[in-house]
Amino acid sequence: MVELLEDQLPVAIGSVGIRPIEANHLAVAYSPLYICFLDGYVSFGHWATATMKALEKIVSPLGQRNLLFAAACILGLSVVFSNLLQSDAVTPPRNHSVERYQNPEFRDVVERLDAEFVARWEKEGLEPAPPADELTRIRRLSLGLTGTIPSLQEIRAFEEARVFHAGNQPPPNDHIQWWLSHLFEDRRTSDYLAERFARVYVGVENGPFLFYRRRRFVSWLSDQFHDNQPYDKVVSSLITAEGLWTSNPEVNFFTVTIDENDKKNKNKPDEVKLAVRMTRAFLGVRLDCVQCHDDRLNDRWLQKDFHQLASFFSGADMRSSGVRETGKSYEYKYRGAPQGEVPKKVPFFPELLPESGEPRERLAAWVTDRENRAFARAAVNRIWALMFGRPLVDPIDEIPLEDTLENPYPPGLETLVDDFIAHDFDLQRLIRVIAATRVFGLDSKVSEDRVPLTEKHDQHWAAFALSRLRPEQVAGSIIQAASLTAIDADSHILFRMARVFQQGDFIKRYGDVGADEFYALGGTISQRLLMMNGELVHERIKDDLVSNAAARILATAPDDEAVVEAAYLAVLSRRPTREEVQYFAGLLAQKKGRSRKDNQEDLYWTLLNSTEFSWNH
Amino acid sequence: MNPSFNSFHLSRRALLRAVGLGGVAWLSPLTHMLGQAQEKEASQAAAKSVIILWLAGGPSQLETFDPHPGKKIADGTGAIKTSVKGVEIAEGLPQVAEVMEELTLVRSMVSQEGDHERGTYNLKTGYRPDPTMVHPSIGSVICNELPVDGVDIPRHVSILPGQWPARGGHLGAGLDAFKVYDTLGRAGDMTARVEPARQKNRLAGLKRVEDAFARGRRTDLDKKTTLHNATIQRALDMMNSKQLGVFDVSKAPARTREAFGDSNFGRGCLAAVQLVGAGVRCVEVTLGGWDTHINNHEGQATKNAILDPAFAALIRELRARKLLDETIVICAGEFGRTPKINGLGGRDHWPKGFSLALAGGGFRGGHVHGATDPEGVKEEPKDPAKVADLHATVMHLLGIDHKKEYKNLPFDRFGTLSEGNVIKGLLKNI
Repeated sequence: MVELLEDQLPVAIGSVGIRPIEANHLAVAYSPLYICFLDGYVSFGHWATATMKALEKIVSPLGQRNLLFAAACILGLSVVFSNLLQSDAVTPPRNHSVERYQNPEFRDVVERLDAEFVARWEKEGLEPAPPADELTRIRRLSLGLTGTIPSLQEIRAFEEARVFHAGNQPPPNDHIQWWLSHLFEDRRTSDYLAERFARVYVGVENGPFLFYRRRRFVSWLSDQFHDNQPYDKVVSSLITAEGLWTSNPEVNFFTVTIDENDKKNKNKPDEVKLAVRMTRAFLGVRLDCVQCHDDRLNDRWLQKDFHQLASFFSGADMRSSGVRETGKSYEYKYRGAPQGEVPKKVPFFPELLPESGEPRERLAAWVTDRENRAFARAAVNRIWALMFGRPLVDPIDEIPLEDTLENPYPPGLETLVDDFIAHDFDLQRLIRVIAATRVFGLDSKVSEDRVPLTEKHDQHWAAFALSRLRPEQVAGSIIQAASLTAIDADSHILFRMARVFQQGDFIKRYGDVGADEFYALGGTISQRLLMMNGELVHERIKDDLVSNAAARILATAPDDEAVVEAAYLAVLSRRPTREEVQYFAGLLAQKKGRSRKDNQEDLYWTLLNSTEFSWNH
Repeated sequence: MNPSFNSFHLSRRALLRAVGLGGVAWLSPLTHMLGQAQEKEASQAAAKSVIILWLAGGPSQLETFDPHPGKKIADGTGAIKTSVKGVEIAEGLPQVAEVMEELTLVRSMVSQEGDHERGTYNLKTGYRPDPTMVHPSIGSVICNELPVDGVDIPRHVSILPGQWPARGGHLGAGLDAFKVYDTLGRAGDMTARVEPARQKNRLAGLKRVEDAFARGRRTDLDKKTTLHNATIQRALDMMNSKQLGVFDVSKAPARTREAFGDSNFGRGCLAAVQLVGAGVRCVEVTLGGWDTHINNHEGQATKNAILDPAFAALIRELRARKLLDETIVICAGEFGRTPKINGLGGRDHWPKGFSLALAGGGFRGGHVHGATDPEGVKEEPKDPAKVADLHATVMHLLGIDHKKEYKNLPFDRFGTLSEGNVIKGLLKNI
């Protein structure tokens, strides 16, 4: 019986997206599955032989009737699994509307941006890289906005949509815009963006146990992004947050700064920490350097600038009903002066501060005022950094307030800021505009008969500079590459659990960069060892028809060349070159002491261990 | 409002140099060089490696190295005699007491960081957290200053890393501590998953993919940006190295292993000895769980039971292998705990007047530095020792000039290896 299953299963489990996705009806085929909870993470794999043997051991002493019971259980499980393995085709975006970007106004802003970069390249005497192909660009977008590479199934859907469009000869950017519509409707995007922004707003620490719920904060933020709430509204809600940290998740922006060990300011949000976070995150200004003394070197900021800003937060205190405005004042002792109340003043554009109202409402109005361009600049710089893997102005949270000869703004910045403000701080629009620019679409390579790329190209955005994937992007991408369909919020709970556990352990070992958002340095030996010999990669590439794409591709692709192509698409989001197809198809066919399955596992290992996989390019 | 100019940052450094020339010119360069030469001489044949026993969570000084028996703040914790006359430590560490002649106790550590993450950063780097840059941990500094030849395994290792293992900071992730989670068996994923023939197959394929990827891209990409293939090569060298065995303690004699106690931490300490013997510069071994806000005495006793045999055996094993003179041992956590017992029988965070133990590498054995108020009233301890001073002292013993200026700091910042001063009283040879 066991033999029979081994022969039939590969055929039965087929339907894995080598061709456009077919539905999966074969519930019964999954009966010899079992779930084992090992070391806290869920692994469902290994089938047939092992299961049957294990079952015999369990069942025989218990007698025949129990066998029937066991069979019933297994049948139940198999129904769950069949459900969970159901490969729905990618639903096309519901709200995809060409009017969003097929209008003169959108085209105009993109053209202006392109012209600014072209001017820079000409000035520097740089010939820009050619445009990257579309699959490279959608990989960039998926990594930047969802934190993982696109699934094989999504790539197929994208290519189908492209064929459909080709008849009407749409402008080349449309495919990318279609892809963005697809991503914006996907919960993975808002979840990922929320996590990235949360790192800036509340950091990565656990915070005070009693008063802080980070997950609630992140999921609130995710809702805002998913609904595409105007960014100024989101930030205003944070600054003016009131109430309980559980029912009003935005309040966690305040409660995370509480120091439970500080006996003097019992459970009061810390105005100094809040001022640091706010200026860096919302304004792209580092005022905290003057927390202790004036900026003696360039007279830019005074110490009082910082404390007067912090003073706006001093009224926020903890009451039984959560964080409330209490009107409490902020006192500080400047050196050589007695301790005294610090007035509430803003460090620049004082004319934009409303004269009356609750302090934090006034502050929020000032921060998000259309005339306060620092606010829009900080947001543009951050979104740019997410999409390119590095900020337009570096460091990300230190953007000069003015464009000067000594410190000129990079091309594109002010134009994007204008557009962002003119469109009411619409983040999705901002992403669409950036994705449509020539600079975003540039390749990271040139043809070999051309002058090679240099560091200077990267510096002036004349080529797409490589950026290292963050640990969770690497983990997410390994897991995604091992699945043919997109692993997203709609996935079955078991898949999501597996992902959380596996990812957590991997990230711990790979080295979480914490709040250091855009850390440019190269990889470490530990990371390479983890990728070459570690548990996650091993588990995700081994011959396992249920959980791993490598095995499913092998079982269903019509020939070796198709196997190689599918593996490349699933892992590197591109097609192999002719040489690569020949080489790896040749290896697959090689019989010398190795099985085809081994060779396929080796191919997956090779692709996962490449520079191309671990970097955004 | 004048936006910041890079040139101003540069001129700050120039300014400082100018001040140096004008104000304290008589100190430099000649006197400074002479001073340095003297320091070098003093530290000849001195320390080569550092082992840090990291007690994460904040051990209580009163239940470890600074007991005040019979006093109110002791809350019943007794003290025991040690191998050094007149020096007592807390009752939970009887084996450590027997090697007191090798230890230097600092009972007057002071810092300004009462938060776990910030305190850990402070102790490990010698600097307070700075939002504009990440300082390197002491082990990274040592590896950077004292390169070693002929060692295939990483020179900076963290065994059983906790939440914040040692990092290379602005010196680069290449100097991050290499993390080891298991000292029995598959230490740190260092064995290939497949047999040699298949591994060769995999690597041959990888070369293909890498060559294809490099085509048309920046020629200095691997060298300057990704370090991908260079790192893979180093990882492979390590996997093939004979030295790899030093991560595995399962082959050590049974009696040796038993002496370290039956715990992951104990085994980690034994591995640390083996690593140092193989030329590794810095090893940290973490023992967490010292954060006893509730039931302090019970919590500290549980941890002491693990620490005691491991720490004592570590000292003895280093001594037996004649490694103690060239190995600095630091046993410390991010801060101490309050003299006052809270409502739940716990002690809270206390960065003022906490303890740590030092040994080997030129530290003065059987010595106690500083003292805390037995009544717990005065916050400031006698002879306070700053965290930065500890770092300066450790660097001094390793023959590293702690006043050396970093080049290429981010944002043209100015900084030295340490901002502390050597605590002469801790040294065997002054």
